[in-house]
This record gives sequence, C-alpha cells and structure tokens, in this order.
Amino acid sequence: MASITLNNLGKVYPGGTRAVGDVNIDIADGEFIVLVGPSGCGKSTLLRMVAGLENITDGEVRIGERVVNQVEPADRDIAMVFQNYALYPHMSVRQNLAYGLKNRRTPKAEIDRRVNEAAEILQIGQFLDRKPRALSGGQRQRVAMGRAIVREPAAFLFDEPLSNLDAKLRVAMRLEIKELQKRLRTTSLYVTHDQLEAMTLADRLVVLNGGKVEQIGTPLEVYRRPASAFVAGFIGSPAMNLIDARAVPHLPGTAHAGTIGIRPEDLTVTPDGPILMDVLAVEELGAQRLVHGQTGGEKLTITLPSDSELADTLRLGFDRASLHLFHRETGVRID
Amino acid sequence: MIENRPGLNLLAHLVLVLGVVVVALPVWVAFVASTHSATDFMSGTVPMWPGPHLVENYSKMLDSGVSTSGTPPVARMMLNSLIMALAIAVGKIAISILSAFAIVYFRFPFRGLAFWCIFITLMLPVEVRIVPTFQVVAGLGLLNSYAGLSIPLIASATATFLFRQVFLTMPDELVEAARIDGAGPMKFFRDILLPLSRTNMAALFVILFIYGWNQYLWPLLVTTDAQYYTIVAGIKRMADAVDGLPQWHLVMATAVLAMLPPVAVVIGMQKLFVKGLVETEK
Amino acid sequence: MKRTIFNNQLLPWLLLAPQLAITFIFFLWPAGQAIKQSFLREDAFGINSSFVGLANFRALLDSPEYMNSLQVTAVFAVLVTALSMGLSLLLAVAVDRMIRSTRLYTTLLVWPYAVAPAVAGILWWFIFNPTIGVMPYVLNVIGYDWNHISSKTDAMILVVVASAWKQISYNFLFFVAGLQAVPASLREAAAIDGAGPVRRFFDITFPLLSPTTFFLLVVNIVYAMFDTFGVIDATTEGGPAQATNIMVYKVYFDGFVGQNIGSSAAQSVVLMLLVVTLTVIQFRWVEKKVEY
Repeated sequence: MASITLNNLGKVYPGGTRAVGDVNIDIADGEFIVLVGPSGCGKSTLLRMVAGLENITDGEVRIGERVVNQVEPADRDIAMVFQNYALYPHMSVRQNLAYGLKNRRTPKAEIDRRVNEAAEILQIGQFLDRKPRALSGGQRQRVAMGRAIVREPAAFLFDEPLSNLDAKLRVAMRLEIKELQKRLRTTSLYVTHDQLEAMTLADRLVVLNGGKVEQIGTPLEVYRRPASAFVAGFIGSPAMNLIDARAVPHLPGTAHAGTIGIRPEDLTVTPDGPILMDVLAVEELGAQRLVHGQTGGEKLTITLPSDSELADTLRLGFDRASLHLFHRETGVRID
Repeated sequence: MIENRPGLNLLAHLVLVLGVVVVALPVWVAFVASTHSATDFMSGTVPMWPGPHLVENYSKMLDSGVSTSGTPPVARMMLNSLIMALAIAVGKIAISILSAFAIVYFRFPFRGLAFWCIFITLMLPVEVRIVPTFQVVAGLGLLNSYAGLSIPLIASATATFLFRQVFLTMPDELVEAARIDGAGPMKFFRDILLPLSRTNMAALFVILFIYGWNQYLWPLLVTTDAQYYTIVAGIKRMADAVDGLPQWHLVMATAVLAMLPPVAVVIGMQKLFVKGLVETEK
Repeated sequence: MKRTIFNNQLLPWLLLAPQLAITFIFFLWPAGQAIKQSFLREDAFGINSSFVGLANFRALLDSPEYMNSLQVTAVFAVLVTALSMGLSLLLAVAVDRMIRSTRLYTTLLVWPYAVAPAVAGILWWFIFNPTIGVMPYVLNVIGYDWNHISSKTDAMILVVVASAWKQISYNFLFFVAGLQAVPASLREAAAIDGAGPVRRFFDITFPLLSPTTFFLLVVNIVYAMFDTFGVIDATTEGGPAQATNIMVYKVYFDGFVGQNIGSSAAQSVVLMLLVVTLTVIQFRWVEKKVEY
C-alpha cells in the first residue's frame, strides 16, 4: 500500500502535441481517485504514465517515497485493469492470474494460495480452468480484476474497466468494485468518461480537460461548487444550464459574471419569477419530467415533478444561493 | 442459389466432373505407366489401366534407382528433398517471425531501412539473379551441401509481412499487460506471441514446405554430387539419361513419388493450406 | 503502429540479424553483382573484364534471339494466364452453385498446386510424347500430326498446357473466395429485377469480382514469367529453334551453358526491372483494390 504523488506531471508527444500539462495530485494511501473528463482530455495518458506505459516528459511520479519515472512497469508495484481486459487468450483463467506472479518467481504454494483467494473473492472459482473466450463479458471483467488482486500491489490502476459491459452489468460491477476497494484498502486510480460512474466510485474526483486539471475534490464538493464552467457542464445529469449573462440582463447580482450556471433542479415554476421560458419539448422520466425551452435565445432545461402543470410559456424562479457565476473568458468560478 | 434450375445444376456438375478428369489425367497416366514393365511401351501407346508391376517398379526405384542415369536411389533423393523442404520451411518461419517481432515491437534507428531491405527481396527471385548468387554460394564453399541447398532460399519478405500483419492485429493491451506482469521482450515473445501465432505458423509451414520441396533450378545448380540430388531436380536428369533407352515406367514411378509428399500435405491439411495461401498473398 | 513498445536498442538488431545477413549475402550482394557485371565484358578466358558501358544492353536490343525471347515470353504469359484463369473461373462458378459437394470438388481440384513445375512438365511431356503419348494418338485419329520436337506451335502448346494446368488450383481457390464475397442479396435483387443466370453473371458477379480478377492477372503473369523455369527445362529446353525460350530460361542458358556472363547479367537487370514494375503494380492497385 502506498500513496501516489504526481508533481508537475506533463507529457509532450514526439510530434509536439501536448497531451498532459502541469498535473499535481496527491493521492493518499488507500484513497480511491477517479480521473474523469471527455475523450481526448488526457486522462488515459495520465494513467498510463503512472503505469509506466507512457514516457514522462515533465515532472515526476512518486509511488510511496520512490520516484518511478525511469522504473519499468513491472517494478512499480502496480496492477492494471484494461478496458478490453487484455486477458491472454491462450492461457486458462488460472494461468492468467498466475502469470505475473510466476514471472516474479513467487513460490508455487504462495501462487496457489493467492489465486484461490482471489477466485473466492470474485466468485470465479468454477472458471479457473477455462479459457477467457469461454467466459461472458462480466466474467472476463472479474478475471481481469483477479489478475490485479493476486499481485497484492501498492496501487490499482483502472482504465475504463466497465466500458465494454452492458448498462445493467456496469451498474452492478461498479458497486462490486467499490466494495472490493473498501475491503482491500488499496490505493486506486480509476479512469472513466462517465461522470455518473465517477461520482459514485470516487473518494475524490479529478476533472480533466485539455490535458489540465480543472478541479480536484470530493464528488459533492465538485457537484456543489464546480470550479469552472467546464466542470459545471460536465458533472451532473441533466447538465447544468449555462447561460450567457447578457441574455438575462435583468437578473440581480450577476452584473460582473460572463456565464451564469443553474442546475435544472434548482429552477422552480413561480408566477412572479424573473425568467420567462418558451417550452420546446418535454421528456417524461416517470418520477419527474425534463422540460426543455429557451429564454432570450439561450437554451434552458428544468426538472419538474411529473404532476406539475405545463403551459407554452413558464415563469421560472430560483434561489439566489443556487446560482453559479463564471468568468466570461476563462470560465473560472467567481463568487 | 436463387432459383431452382435442375438443368443448370446438371451442367455445373458436368463442368466440374470434366474439370476433375482433366486435372487428374496426367497423374493417372503417369500412375498407370508406373505399374507396367518396359516392354509394355514397345507397342507404341501407353496402356490406360494399371498393370501388375507396381510393387516391383516402386521398390526398385526406392532401393536402387536407375544406375545408368547417375542418380542415387529415389529414397535417398526423397530424403534430400525432405531435409531441404524442412530446412527452408522452418528456417523461413524462424527468421521471419524474429524480424517481424523486431520491426513491430521495437523502435530503433534505421528501422525503416531494415524493413525496406527485407521488402526488396520480394523483387529478387532466384531466377533473375541466378549467376551471381551461384557465384556467392560457390565462393562460400556451399556447393553440394544441405546448407547451400536451403540457406540462400530462406530469406522471405512474404513470411515477414505475414507475421507483421498478425502482430499488428494483436491488441496493444496484451503487451502492456505482459509488461506489467513482469515479462521482458523475449519472455513476451515466447509466452504470448508464439502461442498466439501457432495457427499462422502451421499454415505458413504447409505453403513453405511445398515451396521447398518443389525447388528445381536452385538444386540443379548447386548439386553436382549425386548424394545431394533432390527428387524434383533428379527426375529431369533421370529422364534425360533414359532418353536413349526409354524406361518410362521408372521415370513415371519417380514422378509419382515426387508428387506424393506435397500432394498429401495439401489434401491432408486443406484448411491450413488454404489459410496459408490466402494469408501470404495479403 | 504499436502504442507500446519495448525500449531495447540492441535486441531488435539481434533479432533482425539472421534475416538481414541472408538478405544481404544472397539477395542484395548478387543483385549488385548482376548490375555491375551488366556493364562489364569478360575476355575469352574469363580472367579480365573491362567496363563497356551500355554495350551489353545495346547488344541485347540488337540480338534477334533476345527480341524473339521477349516475344515468346509475352505470348507464353498471355496464353498461360488466359487459359488458366478462364478454366478456373468456369470451375469456380460451377462450384459456387453447389451446396453440399463444394468441399469434395475443391479437394479434387486443388492438389495440382502441390505438383512441382518440373514434375508437371514431365507429366505432360509424357502425355504428349510423339511416339508413345496418349494425346498424339488421339490427335492422330482426328488427323493432326503432333510433334513438339519439330513443331514450334506444338512445343508452345505443350508448355502452355503444362504451366496452365499447375496454376488452375491456385486461381480456382481465389475465384471461389471472390465469388463467395459477392453478396447474395445483390444477385437476389438482380433476379427479382428479371435477370437470368447468365445475365446476372455478366452484369453483377463478374464486375464485382474484378478485384480478384485483377489480382490474379498480376499473379499469373508473374508465375508465367518467373516460376515456369522447371516446366520449360523438363520439356522443350527452349526449343525447337528458340520457340519456347522464355526470358528466365535464356538468362540461365546464356549464363551457365553459354558462359556469357555480361549478357546474362544484362538480362538479369532487365528481369529485375520487370519484377519491380509488376510488384509496384500489384501493391499500388491490389492494395487499393479495384472496387465499386
């Protein structure tokens, strides 16, 4: 078990493209950190730099007390779970689990003990002698996890491990990973583009955009006080409404802001509300409904109870405290 | 099939049966000839049905051959062919898979140049550089040796490209997982790449074995010592020698024996053969 | 391009060493020698040689024998390609109609691939043997006096038949694969549009088969030009009167039997240029595919 520290970490590809810049993250021992962001934001590159699969061009990675920039992946004491699982197709599940330990010259008895233990934790005992292709997607995912567990590493690295599963299985496995991590208390770094997955799994979230860290914080901190317009729009579903302040000049207390953010659930229908919205479409979700519309040329979405009254135009109000204000050019939060 | 036209189906069967007969005709004729005695040819035409001398003719050829032609017993020539075919097939696969591994899984200076050096061999078949290649082999003292028969033929761009293609289609994550599992390059090669390329190797082996067995011009040039004659090259020498005294039954028995191993490989391993053929032309 | 690679610098060279060594010693060096020798002329004893510029090439162009060889090669390649591809396509189309017997017919048709060109030559030479062969006997009945030892036409027919025969299986396999790749829905659509089987073949199947056809065209030309040495040597040895002396046979004959190294080297260089051209064509067009 170990902490992981990223100091001014940066990556420039040989062609000159910057993938990651100036990333500073301190991950405590046993913490579950999720790197989240849209595709191409550099989250996978960052993870692969920690794993040692990608060269580091600036800064340093520490695992425990050791700087590992020049250390081979195998010697970093980490284990990784891949999106496509990367199971060795010609080896049985047992051989897949044991391969890394065998390469480290772990005694046979110890390998058996660890493989059986992992198989029990993940309930894959009855598959141990099968080949990966004879397993379902969910079972393969478990084997991939098992391969990480048997190593008893200082840290787990997950690269979108649930993306290849169907929606239902993804939710189930998400919970299992969370429980497993709480039980093993192994430091984990987890990459996903799915903000819901990120929110549910993380002790702390790292939101990345364009190779830079936008915000680091617990899921609730990030949700309640997004540090930038980007984070505000990325975290939360349905997404926060981001309105150009010039479209609603009459709103009090927003004079100095460029962009005004307000979550759909923070908007309410009130007869004397300051915003007049033309309703364009309604999506019924069962317990509630999403109403899409526009005001002053800006799109708006609100969440209403499913028994609320609908009309062609709605007057909307909000609590002043639920507004998020962002700088016009930089998108940074202003309070 | 779209509509049921019995007439058309019958025609198709007819075409195919005719095709099979035409394709098989020369071999049938040769086989029939190889079961008769020399006197049966004196009448002027070849018999169309097998005669009683099959065992006699074949055992004579395998054991002693036609001494007047200066060729060794056919068994000896078949052994030479087998050694050459195996050396070429195994050699080509071995050096090609190693170089494909180097080209796909490493980045190093002049990698492109190395790749082009291999690629260019595609454009230099033995037939077009025959005299200077012979001179090189003679200069190295490799005439009349198994090394001289096989080594100059084992560089292969085709096989290298095939393995390169196979490796390129393997997911990147496999090598990453192996690296994290503590496998170095050679361990990865042995534990992961080799087992995963097994069927490709087998398919290629079938094609290369036939290629090696059927070599003609090269063995003709580099062997002057009868002990190293291969059967495909030896058969011509035998036919030339018996021209004055036609021992057709014996020449044809040799021809049948020369065809037998590669044809057996094609029929016995048809799936691998077709796979190999299609893959090497990609 | 692989994303993840190993960092070693020496190891890849060790892995490449055997292949590169053989390529250099037995391919590049001799090819270089051929090019060098093509500009030299040896004296009668083969001891001294002098630089003669393009004289060897000019001599080739002036040589009626070489011009004849070019012509023979072209005729031979066209005939072998046409005969072999035509028969193979016919057989492939027939097999494509089959459902259960495909495998059986395929097995019965593919094995000649495994027969060495030299052996194929011997087999057909025997069949066409003027004194005891089966074919001359049959031809005699219909009034044709076959003799490939004296007749140029007969000799050409013999080598063409022997060479085409061996190549049928290869073409057949690729045509069958090509036909199977033509979507059945297209043929069904054409049938609904009222096209009969023959029309369907020429309007739908054959055009969609063109990538395969083009690929085989190049492969067959290469085969006829470079891989048929064994057929020629086992049957006609280039005769009678140069009628079947294709270029690869002439290179061999002039170099080894005639000991004319300079001319043979110049011929090698011409052949290399031809292979390079054919390879480039194959890679340019076949890689990009002749497609609709």
